[in-house]
Amino acid sequence: MAAPATPATEPETLEDASFLRDTLRAFRKNRMAMVGLAFVVLLVLGAIFAPWVSPHDPYRVALDEQLLPMSHTYWLGTDNFGRDVLTRILYGARISLMVGIVPSLVSLTIGTVLGILSGYLGGKTDFVVMRLADMMIAFPSLLLAMVVMYTLGANLLNIFLALALVGWASVARVVRSQTLALREKEFIEAARANGTARATIMFAHIFPNVVPTLIVLFSLSIPEAIMWESSLSFLGVGVQPPEASWGLLVAKGKEYIFQAPSVAIAPGIAILLTVMAFNFIGDGLRDALDPSMKD
Amino acid sequence: MGRADPILSVRGLSTAFSGDRGNVTVLDDVSFEVGRGQIVGLVGESGSGKSMTALSLMGLVPQPQGRVSAREILLDGVDLARLDGAGMRRIRGGEMAMVFQEPMTSLNPVRKVWEQVGEPLAIHQGLGRREIRARVLEMFELVGIPEPKSRLDAYPHQLSGGLRQRAMIAMGLICEPKLLIADEPTTALDVTTQAQILQLMRDLRDRVGTSIIMITHDLGVIAEMCDVVNVMYAGQIVEQADVFDLFERPAHPYTRGLLASIPRANEPRAGRRMPSIPGMVPNLAKLPPGCRFAPRCGDAMPLCTRAPELAALGAGRSARCWLHAPDAAQPLEEMP
Amino acid sequence: MTHTAKAPPAPAQDEILISTRDLTKHYRIGGGLFGGPARVVRAVDGVTLDIRARETFALVGESGCGKTTLGRVMLRLQEPTSGTIRYRDTDLTDLGEGALRALRKNLQIVFQDPFASLNPRMRIEQILAEPLRSHGYGTPAEIRERCTELLEMVGLRRQYLRSYPHQFSGGQRQRIGIARALANKPDFVVCDESVSALDVSIQAQVLNLLGDLQDQLQLTYFFITHDLSVVRQFADRVGVMFLGRLVEVGTTEELFAHPQHPYTMLLMSAVPRPDPRRRGEPRPMMQGEIPSPMNLPKGCRFHTRCPFARDICRAEEPMLQTGGGPAVACHFPLEG
Repeated sequence: MAAPATPATEPETLEDASFLRDTLRAFRKNRMAMVGLAFVVLLVLGAIFAPWVSPHDPYRVALDEQLLPMSHTYWLGTDNFGRDVLTRILYGARISLMVGIVPSLVSLTIGTVLGILSGYLGGKTDFVVMRLADMMIAFPSLLLAMVVMYTLGANLLNIFLALALVGWASVARVVRSQTLALREKEFIEAARANGTARATIMFAHIFPNVVPTLIVLFSLSIPEAIMWESSLSFLGVGVQPPEASWGLLVAKGKEYIFQAPSVAIAPGIAILLTVMAFNFIGDGLRDALDPSMKD
Repeated sequence: MGRADPILSVRGLSTAFSGDRGNVTVLDDVSFEVGRGQIVGLVGESGSGKSMTALSLMGLVPQPQGRVSAREILLDGVDLARLDGAGMRRIRGGEMAMVFQEPMTSLNPVRKVWEQVGEPLAIHQGLGRREIRARVLEMFELVGIPEPKSRLDAYPHQLSGGLRQRAMIAMGLICEPKLLIADEPTTALDVTTQAQILQLMRDLRDRVGTSIIMITHDLGVIAEMCDVVNVMYAGQIVEQADVFDLFERPAHPYTRGLLASIPRANEPRAGRRMPSIPGMVPNLAKLPPGCRFAPRCGDAMPLCTRAPELAALGAGRSARCWLHAPDAAQPLEEMP
Repeated sequence: MTHTAKAPPAPAQDEILISTRDLTKHYRIGGGLFGGPARVVRAVDGVTLDIRARETFALVGESGCGKTTLGRVMLRLQEPTSGTIRYRDTDLTDLGEGALRALRKNLQIVFQDPFASLNPRMRIEQILAEPLRSHGYGTPAEIRERCTELLEMVGLRRQYLRSYPHQFSGGQRQRIGIARALANKPDFVVCDESVSALDVSIQAQVLNLLGDLQDQLQLTYFFITHDLSVVRQFADRVGVMFLGRLVEVGTTEELFAHPQHPYTMLLMSAVPRPDPRRRGEPRPMMQGEIPSPMNLPKGCRFHTRCPFARDICRAEEPMLQTGGGPAVACHFPLEG
């Protein structure tokens, strides 16, 4: 076949694009994201190895050492039971991180699948999914979560369940509206014109294009989940003392905010820093995953 | 008329952008003139720098990534190259105005048309609402908007594409600018509407004496509208000529290739294949050494690895090509 | 080469490949729960058309005339409101989802926007392989082989298989779009403004490529465009569309040399001519704006803009006389 001559000005090869390598390279170039990642890694290590790295016993009550200020022995002071605040924060990180990440992943997965199905298939599927989501959003979510916790019992697994139940609806809505926009794109029409199966279109074409949004949603839902957990714990249906979670630490610490501000403020700062770190990572990942940002 | 006392004289305009991967020069030593009452064309393909020329003249190049420099940009004797931000703001929309390609996105959808069209009057002449409204009505009549009174209070979406572009032209002309820059003003319009808008712009030049820079990729529009044409390629002007000379005797190989490759509606089909220029527009960050068109040029010779200057060919013509630089023929042997 | 092996049997000369009978597509706008009465947009309103095997049939018209919708409905990418579509011996109109998907091998489309029509998150190899996989082309090795072949067929290097769409220029992306459409050796290809977004010099290259591929692969093109110049240089036959209807059909030369419908004539005279010597020539100009497709005028749809309209034109809608040859929907066709 007489192939048309390749124009002389075209380069021999374009830069070979390896998706993973390019993404990692782009991510590494983002300084804020790397700082965020470093913080999260340190935090995770601190949480895992809390029994070894923490200077004190998190449960030891010492009534003669209540509400001490920051010192060499107690870097962040002590709480109303005389427990070391830094140690409690490290132990609390175990629960707070899990509560932040696990239910977010669950609600993201459910929301993404339902959102894409709803947006792409439309019709009855869309109607049913969206009315369900409307109900979830219209129902006071705190009440819903409390009902779950009361009926099923206050333990970590049920916190996950309650948070996932509350969280999927808004994810589904965002993903659905993105899917609706993507469905009209010419490359989706091209796939339809090629006789590509619907499932392939939904999960090979549409899904990769919602990933950046999902990453942003994920980085936003982690702090949200941490806040939710603290609300539930505050109301007494979440994490039960003497276990520690950051939300619980803030909630309990705020009663002594004038005598010993570090008891509430230190876990508050931990939440703040963690939330920021995840946001930086999320931004970095979103940019790094966009193929057109790499050049 | 014209060349003796131009309304605009641009000398050595260069614009560069700095990014992660170093500097990219998007405009390289652009010089041209616009005579009073002339319509001067800037024609080129995407990436040629024709729109960037307009933005640079208007002081609208994104800051701080973009840097614009020029020996001089004389607008009726005032050197814009020496004006600061406040000085440029006084010029923009007043003495020099611009009409953009997209009449839909250049109008704010939630404000009435007359308020937007009259805005330059409020900024530059400090007129009150009633005077502005009266003046906008006059302009609507001038640009041929039917039932102008009833359109004053319309919102942009209530106007058709052609009417929106007429409104944009009215806005451009409302402060009686010395120069109107039209950047692809008809590209988003249908042919029949395009013909009406082009007619309007010609009329305005004839009746009001507006000097116009017409930026377009469409050689048909150039042929219909312009007195003088600047052909741009990869950030440089490669040919300058009177419009008749350009179409009858194109000097630069790029101009020749461009003229050969435009499909013509008024001539029968020539053959199965159309003449075309091989290759593609170069990436401005990776320009070839020497003449920027050489890799696509059928007349390229060893000398073309050196950059040609824009050389005068007499009678207001010039071309940036070694074919038209007779003195350069000898140094061929000196080439390593 | 392998592409002839699986190609459908070559149709006889003048065989009708695809035809529509009274095809309509109406959209409802508004009329929701509280939206008041629904309004109907007659995007395609009774189109009867035969397209012959291996010809290039161009469909021209201004924006909003329904040409893009017609192309989509012919491929059943959108469902027709009424009328029939026939491809060879198959009635596409009521074909079930499974059978239609199998037939999509033969019926393809190349889009306008080379930036929107390729999934930005897929490599070129994935983009080309997908239609092959969807139709069970063969083993992964065979698919890879075919992808390479496709890329080289449209004039791109095989090394580009691992690249992403954003690494290419507009012209190259359009070549990739063409390669994807041709993956399963179709015989009918809708080109929806496929060269409109490209620069002039690139446009000619891509048109030449489409022409070469048509010769090699026996393709039939349904070429949708607003650009009359491209039509004259590329099409065998032309249909002119106005507000959802065909108003004139004929061979390219007949139609351009002797347009019979006033709309066709006015459309042609509005095209800017790349010849400055002819710019002074008086020419008829279309007045006014296109009527809304939601609120069509009585009688001939064109009478509000037609300089020759008489009483009957306001009362009675002229019908396109179909019968294979040239046809015009006008009470008073222009003299040839």
